[in-house]
Amino acid sequence: MSEYKKGGGMIRGIPHDTIEKSLPILATFVAILVAVGGIVEVVPAYYLEDAEPEVEGVRPYTPLELEGYAIFRREGCFLCHSQMIRPFRDEKERFGHFSLAVESKFDHNYQWGSKRTGPDLARLGGKYTDAWQIQHLRHPRSVVPESVMPNYFFLEERTLNTSLTKKRMEVLAMMNVPYSADDIANWEADLKAQAGVDDGDGEDDLRARYERKTWEHDGQVIQWTDSFEPTPINVRAFDGDASDITEMDALIAYLQMLGTSVHFEEGVDYYHDKFGQPYRD
Amino acid sequence: MSSVAEKEEYNYDIVKFCVIVGIMMGVLGTFVGTWIASELAFPFLNFDIAEISFGRLRPVHTNVVIFGFGGFLLYGGGFYMVQHATHARVRFEKVAWAAVALWLIGCLCVVATLPFGMTQAKEYHEAEWWIDLILAASWVCMTISFLATIAARKMSHIYVGLWFFMTMLFMVTYIFVFNGLCIPVDFTFSYSAYAGIHDAMTQWWWGHNAVGFFLTAGFIGIMYYFVPKHANRPIYSYRLSVLHFWSLTFLYVWVGAHHLHYTAIPDWTLSLGAGMSVALIFPSWGGMINGMMTMSGAWDKIRTDPVMRFMVVALAFYGMSTFEGPLMGTKSVNALSHYTDWTVGHVHSGALGWNAMIAIGAMYHMITRMWNTEMWSSKLVNAHFWIHLTGAIFYITAMWGSGVLQGLMWRAFDEYGNLVYTFADSVAAMHPFYALRATGGFLVFTGLSIMLFNTLKTISAVKAGTNVTLTAEAKA
Repeated sequence: MSEYKKGGGMIRGIPHDTIEKSLPILATFVAILVAVGGIVEVVPAYYLEDAEPEVEGVRPYTPLELEGYAIFRREGCFLCHSQMIRPFRDEKERFGHFSLAVESKFDHNYQWGSKRTGPDLARLGGKYTDAWQIQHLRHPRSVVPESVMPNYFFLEERTLNTSLTKKRMEVLAMMNVPYSADDIANWEADLKAQAGVDDGDGEDDLRARYERKTWEHDGQVIQWTDSFEPTPINVRAFDGDASDITEMDALIAYLQMLGTSVHFEEGVDYYHDKFGQPYRD
Repeated sequence: MSSVAEKEEYNYDIVKFCVIVGIMMGVLGTFVGTWIASELAFPFLNFDIAEISFGRLRPVHTNVVIFGFGGFLLYGGGFYMVQHATHARVRFEKVAWAAVALWLIGCLCVVATLPFGMTQAKEYHEAEWWIDLILAASWVCMTISFLATIAARKMSHIYVGLWFFMTMLFMVTYIFVFNGLCIPVDFTFSYSAYAGIHDAMTQWWWGHNAVGFFLTAGFIGIMYYFVPKHANRPIYSYRLSVLHFWSLTFLYVWVGAHHLHYTAIPDWTLSLGAGMSVALIFPSWGGMINGMMTMSGAWDKIRTDPVMRFMVVALAFYGMSTFEGPLMGTKSVNALSHYTDWTVGHVHSGALGWNAMIAIGAMYHMITRMWNTEMWSSKLVNAHFWIHLTGAIFYITAMWGSGVLQGLMWRAFDEYGNLVYTFADSVAAMHPFYALRATGGFLVFTGLSIMLFNTLKTISAVKAGTNVTLTAEAKA
């Protein structure tokens, strides 16, 4: 390799020899150069208003859905199921309207996935009944013979561990998720009410909290128009058994709300906003 | 280049440890990979045990092969290369040992936590925050020891392999820290500091640059030492290495956005990512050509030397997958390939073809030089080569077939404008490909198991004094 080293010197006027002989110079150039691309591509999205245009209806998860999201993550569902529908005709036919940026703005972290070993789930909410979901999660091949999904019947046997629920909401509230102090204080009542284990007493309170039209966080207020009716919260024994709250309850509560928050309107172009046009004028 | 007396001053213990652990990680990682590949072909293999279900085990596979097998090759090969290319013994040896020990602890923690669902749910960055801290501490120790050794070099110039390695050390620090930022809920769960589109961009800035710097810049650095050394030829072109070093260092960072084509990310970002992805072929092929042309005058070695063959075929796979990458990075191809097995095939043509084969070649080279011995069985090295290559080709072709088929089935419309296939149809069509892929994975696992066996036999032969020492020509 000695011939190689003699090759140093000036390259098109650049004294490369000097760079190669000095660890500090080489290290500084490298440290700066590798950072440029990331800064240019990642940072502007925080400042460009049209990167994540506001659309009415996107709310934070209820406590029960939040636990469902945690189970979705724990089981690695996102490794086979995307939650990001692209603007193609076949995806619209198969999965529904393409996904909007704002629809995942409260997902720390995002669940878009990168692989569809199974179908996309971005608009799964309301597509199948709870009974179908239960049967499919228990034994996927009993309803979809071609499926290669593992059986998740154990979700039904496990009581939902809620020891972290409050902490989860507090952590999210530290970031950009607009949970109010009231939302956090009532996490347990809301969780039980949604799973249908409290004789229906807490349902009105739950709806008042999660079907509200004003979301406030860090002095920023998101106010939906009076005429907008938020999607009703699903309230029922999701696993068909109102005597207890299982992991199945939480996961199905999460799956049944996916993609149901935004009410897409005919004639509104939700795509070209990317080029700076507002969704509606 | 260096006398035997000088070589004895090098710290080989740390390299030996890394190489042996690295091979073991390779065996473990490919075993888990074969298992989960088989689960997709034959779902009963999940055995209704949550801890070994596909969703829990898949990150175990990726972490063990990338950070276990690839990581220990980089640590071992890095410490070997930096000593040889500077003629200096590794500096701050306790720090260097701490780096290796922490990396091993981190890898074992990953294996011990992921099956229980403790995950940050970021691809290739699944380990929870406290394991991240262990791995980060290891990386910092590695960087300190590595840079200090370069600073203590006994020649004026810094060798090109070390430039690439340095790029990796810096960039992986950036992306690992920023992508890993999170707020812990407890030891088992944390929320990413970013949400939605920001999290997606940060994740693929990490995801693609873990490939670009950990698995490319670091491995190119390894290639720049071990290929010319093993071929006993000088690097083909100095100017080409300068050119492709700076262009790769600058360009790779931009291309992560191509993982998000047609998603809710702003279009300008994706177009920029696509354009840079196409441009990236030049620095990538610069490295491939420089490595390949270094073989000039030594091509006869691939007839007789299976280790040389590993390295050359690795470069061929590198050239091929860095041609495929820019292709898949363009929007129109990505529209078909994204979400399909084609991506998986592409990753494995890089991982099994390029990374694993250059790693295996470098490991065999280091084992024979450090223990000053021929391998216990050169026939087994040759067998390893053919088994690994066959496995890699089975794997990649299976995933090309299934990926393109999936993409075409999903977008097929009949003459009345209806979708021709249900999603389940496409899943059913994957079965033969998944079975073939699992077979390919099993062959790769078999090859690495043979390597582990051969290595352990070699070391015990050295200890028993029954080995054949290297010829002076080989040592040069």
